[in-house]
Amino acid sequence: MKIVKISRRAFLGTMAVSGLVLAVGVPRLRSAGAQANKYGADSMPNGWVDNPLVFVAIGEDGTVTITCHRQEMGQGVRTSLPMVVADELEADWQRVRVQQATGDQQRFGNQDTDGSRSMRHFFEPMRRCGASARTMLEQAAAARWGVPIAEVQGLNHEVVHRPTQRKLGYGALAAAASKLPVPARETLRLKQPAQFRYIGKGQVKLVDGPDIVAGRGKYGIDTVLDGMLFAVVARPAVYGGKLVSYDATAAMKVPGVVQVLEIPGTPPPSEFQPLGGVAVVARNTWAAIKGREALKIKWDDGLNAAYDSTEYKAALEQSARNPGEIVHERGNLDTGMVRAARRLQAEYYIPHMAQAPMEPPAATVRIVDGRCEVWTATQAPQVTRDRVAKRLGLPSERVTVNVTLLGGGFGRKSKPDYVVEAALVSQAMKGAPVKLTWTREDDVQHSYYHTVSLEHLEAGLDGSGKPLAWLHRSAAPSIRSIFGPDPKHEQPFELGMGLVNVPFVIPNLRIENPAAEAHTRIGWYRSVSNIPHAFAIQSFVAELAAAAGRDPKEYLLELIGPARRIDPRALGDTWNYTESPERYPLDTGRLRRVIETVAREAGWGRKLPAGQGLGIAAHYSFVTYVAAVAQVAVSEKGEIAIPRLDIAVDCGPQVNPERIRAQFEGACVMGAGNALLSEITFKDGRVQQSNFNDYQVARMNVAPRDIRVHLVAPDFGVPPGGVGEPGIPPIAPALCNAIFAATGKRIRSLPIAGQLSA
Amino acid sequence: MPALNINGKTVNADVPEDTPLLWTLRDVLGMTGTKFGCGMALCGACTVHVDGAPTRACITPVSAVAGKKITTIEAIGADPVGNAVQAAWLELGVPQCGYCQSGQIMAATALLKQNAQPSDADIDAAMSGNICRCGTYPRIRAAIKQAASSRGGKS
Repeated sequence: MKIVKISRRAFLGTMAVSGLVLAVGVPRLRSAGAQANKYGADSMPNGWVDNPLVFVAIGEDGTVTITCHRQEMGQGVRTSLPMVVADELEADWQRVRVQQATGDQQRFGNQDTDGSRSMRHFFEPMRRCGASARTMLEQAAAARWGVPIAEVQGLNHEVVHRPTQRKLGYGALAAAASKLPVPARETLRLKQPAQFRYIGKGQVKLVDGPDIVAGRGKYGIDTVLDGMLFAVVARPAVYGGKLVSYDATAAMKVPGVVQVLEIPGTPPPSEFQPLGGVAVVARNTWAAIKGREALKIKWDDGLNAAYDSTEYKAALEQSARNPGEIVHERGNLDTGMVRAARRLQAEYYIPHMAQAPMEPPAATVRIVDGRCEVWTATQAPQVTRDRVAKRLGLPSERVTVNVTLLGGGFGRKSKPDYVVEAALVSQAMKGAPVKLTWTREDDVQHSYYHTVSLEHLEAGLDGSGKPLAWLHRSAAPSIRSIFGPDPKHEQPFELGMGLVNVPFVIPNLRIENPAAEAHTRIGWYRSVSNIPHAFAIQSFVAELAAAAGRDPKEYLLELIGPARRIDPRALGDTWNYTESPERYPLDTGRLRRVIETVAREAGWGRKLPAGQGLGIAAHYSFVTYVAAVAQVAVSEKGEIAIPRLDIAVDCGPQVNPERIRAQFEGACVMGAGNALLSEITFKDGRVQQSNFNDYQVARMNVAPRDIRVHLVAPDFGVPPGGVGEPGIPPIAPALCNAIFAATGKRIRSLPIAGQLSA
Repeated sequence: MPALNINGKTVNADVPEDTPLLWTLRDVLGMTGTKFGCGMALCGACTVHVDGAPTRACITPVSAVAGKKITTIEAIGADPVGNAVQAAWLELGVPQCGYCQSGQIMAATALLKQNAQPSDADIDAAMSGNICRCGTYPRIRAAIKQAASSRGGKS
């Protein structure tokens, strides 16, 4: 175990709260097994930390301040993680304050808020953190009373001596407790689930709710500093494009514009670095925007100038119609196909999409005396800190990243290119505070896009309609193309998102990954490669069921087969969302149960009026099991409505069931928007959409009207699954399967848009 | 530039008169509750009330609202309907990331002040201009109905 001394000043400085006494000058503990073990949080940079002195401070008045080191972007983490600490601490939630950590993974453990893993990786460390703090308070009380520790108990913000019913409040004990050593992890007494006060109850209100509804919530774009300047950037329209020359004469004449300057770009692969371009700095954002409009710029479009979505789709089809790299195989596909009574084939296309968080990327940076301070909405504050530091030529210790609320993230705000831009502009302005804002056009046209994919499936069925052979070719540019030479193939973390790890009982199976080149920045988009994989597979299963004359739900269950636990490695999945294959096997019993639950709750098989239909789909992602039943109504004109959407979820323990419901409601809406409307296309290397008029997302009038989330029985006996992302993948196939049931028309290319009215 | 009447106070903002109200509020007056989402009246994040009417601040030049009563999210809680809407939002846990909710609350309050008992179709018509990427629409609908019910049909 590594022990690192921290100074009182450093600790209080980070806490930025006065009058806190638990936490003074005490050594802190780092995760014990960060190097020894390679799964889960242990596999992440800086692992986990569970030291209460890092996360918990108790004032003499008893106010408990809990630091949240994961970023709030709508998943409720600033409520849920502190709630876990408070529960084991036996703190009264009414007396808890939540404080946001700065980017500092050495201190807090990993802070990359992505991959649906905040609760997965920090439920146990935060429980231990709360239990440690409670134990220290109990020890302090026992010492003061001179009684055995076994006779005292922390209970609702005070320690009680059971034999005498004497009580001491946490505030009165904090100073003494802070001088005690942090208890050894193995000695901690954690609660039994039946003893939870907040965990699993769903009674705790959002800590940020009152601020949000009053307009007081502070997002990255809301930072206000004295003397602040405002900036926007003109970027190359094509990925890899370069600035040739610019004329700022007219821009400088726009009232309010104070400076025009070049931001150097980074040629592809540009990772998280800015695309480069010309920044306009002004007295307010509007003046900067007007100044940018007045710029005259010459660009060299570079190597991606011919990127064209229509041509690229054709190229992907060609690629997927020929054998590709085999990524998983069992049995003998060719023999199975020869023996089949019938063969079916289908191709599915899913376009690029942009995350388009409602708060566009924005960052404020100030550099004073060789120290850089950042205020921004970022999913990855340490990554942001490191990239800013490197680009400014400062050590990371001299960069502070203050994390605001995120006005949505969905993967976009894992990449701090916009923060680096702000840092470069501030540096060019001699360290003056600069707020750099992306307009919606900037956001739609310079995102890190969801990949584009062509999924080619073939199946050979026996006489009873069961698959004897299954071929799946998935062609899609990889996210890894932004980090190094384009691999042209999906990586283990992409293959493991529902391409290879599909637990179907099919004797002869081959999964191939033909080549696909990236011509734009590819990035994580909520649920990532699960979106195309689930769309193709769950649509194809329904197509096979129809061909076999079978009920789609029964057919799906039959393909999944009996309840069993599958080692993901046996399916060719070496990634498993970074989780241990032993702790997190693929449990087909749990997958079957969500399908059976959603079918029962949605009234699968019920009679519907003409033009309506039900569709079902299931998908395992982020080590959580989800199934959905969509009810759609298609008018004679081909307009689609979604009167009802049922979704069943098994994420193991349900720490904050109220927020789990909210996440899955939101996933139903976003998933429907993905399926119905959202598409980014390229022509001449340029994104053809620019704002919410042509890049369409779900609005209230097209969203599913009646969304019903069914949480299967919580199970604290299994490790936690993800919640933020796994709701998305089954929505598009459930909708398209429902459209087929309603109309007999099969949608294989997203978005659905006007395909039914054509 | 003529004075603006914002939340009952007269304020002077030294900006060219074609400057949108949104950027005047946010960058010049430091009132950041009104959000930027699109700049083209496509998403509703910047919704304020001008003489009671829901208005997209991002395309409204300050010259067009001089002398009119501007209400922003920062003051909507002082309005009994706005207060009921905020309370319903909290009670039903509407916000996820919360960024669009200033605009949603302003749009919902304007709706309920015009129509104390809106139907689903009324809600669709009034609220479909406000985008929420988190997908809180079902709870927004439920919260509007709850606020209407808590007001007992009063607008």
